[in-house]
Amino acid sequence: MIEAKNITKKFRQQTAVDNISFNIEEGENFVLLGTSGCGKTTTLKMLNRLIEPTAGSIYINQKNIEEQNAETLRRSIGYVLQNTGLFPHYTVAENIAVVPNLFKWNKEKIRLRVEELMRKLHLSKEYYNAYPNELSGGQQQRVGLARALAADAAILLMDEPFGALDPITRTKVRTDFINLEEFKKKTIVLVTHDVQEAFELADRICLMDKGKIIQTGTPAELLFKPVDSFVKTFFDEQRLQLEYKSVTLQMLWQFLKDDHSNTSSLKEISSQTNIWQALEYLNTNNDDSVSTKNNNTVKEINYASLMHAFNQYKKYN
Amino acid sequence: MEQQQNLWNFIVQQRDKLLDQTIAHIGLTFISLLIAVAIGLPLGIFIARRRKAAGIVLNIAGILQTIPSIALLGFMIPLLGIGPLPAITALFLYALLPIIRNTYTGIKETDASVLEAATAMGFSRWQVLTKVELPLAFPVILAGIRTATVINVGVATLAAYIAAGGLGEFIFGGISLNNTNMILAGAIPAALLAILFDFLLSRIQKINLKKLRLAVWLMPVIILLLSSFYVIPSFEKNKLLAGFTPEFMGRQDGYLGLKSVYQLNIKNVVISDAVMYKAAYEKKLDIISGYSTDGRLKAFDLVVLDDDRHIFPPYYAAPVIRADVLKTYPQLENVLNMLSGKINDSIMTALNYEVDYLKQSPEKVARNFLLENDLYKPPQNGNKGTIRLGSKIFGEQYILINMYAMLIRGYTNLNVETKTGLGGTKICFDALTNNQIDMYPEYTGTGLLAILNASANTLDKLKQNKDSIYHYVSGQFKQKYNLTWLKPIGFNNAYALMMRRKQSDELNVHSISELTNYIDKQK
Repeated sequence: MIEAKNITKKFRQQTAVDNISFNIEEGENFVLLGTSGCGKTTTLKMLNRLIEPTAGSIYINQKNIEEQNAETLRRSIGYVLQNTGLFPHYTVAENIAVVPNLFKWNKEKIRLRVEELMRKLHLSKEYYNAYPNELSGGQQQRVGLARALAADAAILLMDEPFGALDPITRTKVRTDFINLEEFKKKTIVLVTHDVQEAFELADRICLMDKGKIIQTGTPAELLFKPVDSFVKTFFDEQRLQLEYKSVTLQMLWQFLKDDHSNTSSLKEISSQTNIWQALEYLNTNNDDSVSTKNNNTVKEINYASLMHAFNQYKKYN
Repeated sequence: MEQQQNLWNFIVQQRDKLLDQTIAHIGLTFISLLIAVAIGLPLGIFIARRRKAAGIVLNIAGILQTIPSIALLGFMIPLLGIGPLPAITALFLYALLPIIRNTYTGIKETDASVLEAATAMGFSRWQVLTKVELPLAFPVILAGIRTATVINVGVATLAAYIAAGGLGEFIFGGISLNNTNMILAGAIPAALLAILFDFLLSRIQKINLKKLRLAVWLMPVIILLLSSFYVIPSFEKNKLLAGFTPEFMGRQDGYLGLKSVYQLNIKNVVISDAVMYKAAYEKKLDIISGYSTDGRLKAFDLVVLDDDRHIFPPYYAAPVIRADVLKTYPQLENVLNMLSGKINDSIMTALNYEVDYLKQSPEKVARNFLLENDLYKPPQNGNKGTIRLGSKIFGEQYILINMYAMLIRGYTNLNVETKTGLGGTKICFDALTNNQIDMYPEYTGTGLLAILNASANTLDKLKQNKDSIYHYVSGQFKQKYNLTWLKPIGFNNAYALMMRRKQSDELNVHSISELTNYIDKQK
């Protein structure tokens, strides 16, 4: 869906992005991860031509974006900013309706769409005519998300969308966002420096440093098959938690014990559950064991068997 | 209370004139403001995009702002003549800086993330400007317009100096005539206008964000409406146009006398003494009210029309000295009388011309004159006593005082101290009676009208006769203030109507009566 070919961006003498290429599939959640100044935001902004590359080309649906009208291109791509970038002189409804208005939708259609998005993003109706400065930071970011989703663009670009929020609000807004059907449907390119966030949202992570891509892959690939010591040390601080979060029960299937006991007595959890969630489940429900099912095979899981399987998995990967 | 009563009476009496002036004032203010917004706003937007141009434009606008307003009006005369056009141009230049600067600042300060969002949503550059930048900068831009409005209401009073009308006519007329009511009748409405417009604009500034878009459209409409108050008066060609000072307009021995005694009915505008002579020279005006010994008469080749019915009282200059000083130093009398009969109108005009126009020092001009007339003697450096000489604050008085100082030093053993530039008549006269100075040159007409405040009865009796006035004034001064008028020097620095020599010859108009006849024939 999105293809970047050898793109480079220089600001005067500084090379912000250095000859990188990547492919993003339709419906994929692609996270650009890295420390400040690694070129991830510059890369993102080149996708909707907020920044023009010095060299290289970007194709969206096989069309070179340079050959398209910039405004038309941008209207077909949703965009979420870290500092919301809401128009202070527009009401919440007007802010959300910005792009539909550019497309000249009729008023009724716009109103219905705005109301629908406000409902989905848990924005109370009373804010319809409120101005952004009357809203809390979390609510403002929800309006920013609604604005980006309003015209139902197939692609969504997000520049540290939850970065300016406090940890509790961030988790809430992020969870609500993940649960949106739009989140599952859309091709999303998201920039973050927050490793946890990257792991939570990404299908694939593109780890950047000094303008170059160091490694692109699924969270598990980055954790268990790092290409170099930079990638390895990048996750060191939170490695255990990340590993638990990036490995699902299904990935451990061959190392889990078959359940031969009377399975019906055990509570069942999804095989897509990751280790972290399974541990949390065992912990909070005070159960010794749970069962999980995949293609008609059923496995029994308890704390010891889970740890065992995980160690096996690491050994053979 | 009586003051207020009088002011109210004055306003009621002059209400038509006051209304005209107020309308002209509002018109001047808003036409110039409209042009300033029309040019300053796009310019401000432009420089917000081009950093390099910003410095240059803001500096130029800043420099324009620092030019003293009266000087700017002066610069306009050779370029645009007199009347509303140069006034509006000058006001426009003053209004420009606050509007450009605030537009620039307002747009520059738009939140970068809001701009990025607007662009990323797919706004075109024009949409970013009109839907985001301008609305967000609106309060700042409006603050600039507010500043410009208040400046313009103030500066527009000066438009009266160059015949553009406005409330300045009353203000400057009142100052010249020492008529407080007239000053207030101009100043109070001007101040009220400034306060009113500032208040109204502040209301718009505070307007709810929701109604902002309405306000954006309303603003130009309001300004346009207010501008339309003022239909620029067009001067008819082929008719003589007179320019009179505000003071002249209000005086019985000025414009009022011209109307009642000569039945002169000439189209006229109010203008400052400072630019009047030049305007006449440049054919912007045909008749002006000047002073008969002004150096510019010579510089611009103007001639005085004969006051054949004697409405202008004589202003013969003579030294006025305290009687006790004369008693102590009796030798002074002969010395101070030495100039008597030596300087007539044209000689004084020539001397003034050298000082005011050729910019020679009064001292040099005085010395040359004394040398040419064989009156100069080198100083004796005497120290038998000190005579303190005073003068008012204009060239003619400086020349006279230098002559007297040289004469006293050359012919007596007395020392001299000069205190020049003592403001107006009242300051000089008070300094003399309070023993701060010993002598200064005064004019008979000034003594009669400004100091003695002669009654209408007395004036009738004296019949504008130069000798009877001199005798009356010197007698009264002696009696009331113990001051002695010495012999008149000989020239008469009085009000006079003047016109270009060439035009005067062409039309064969050499006196005010002939002028009246000429104008009546044209109708």
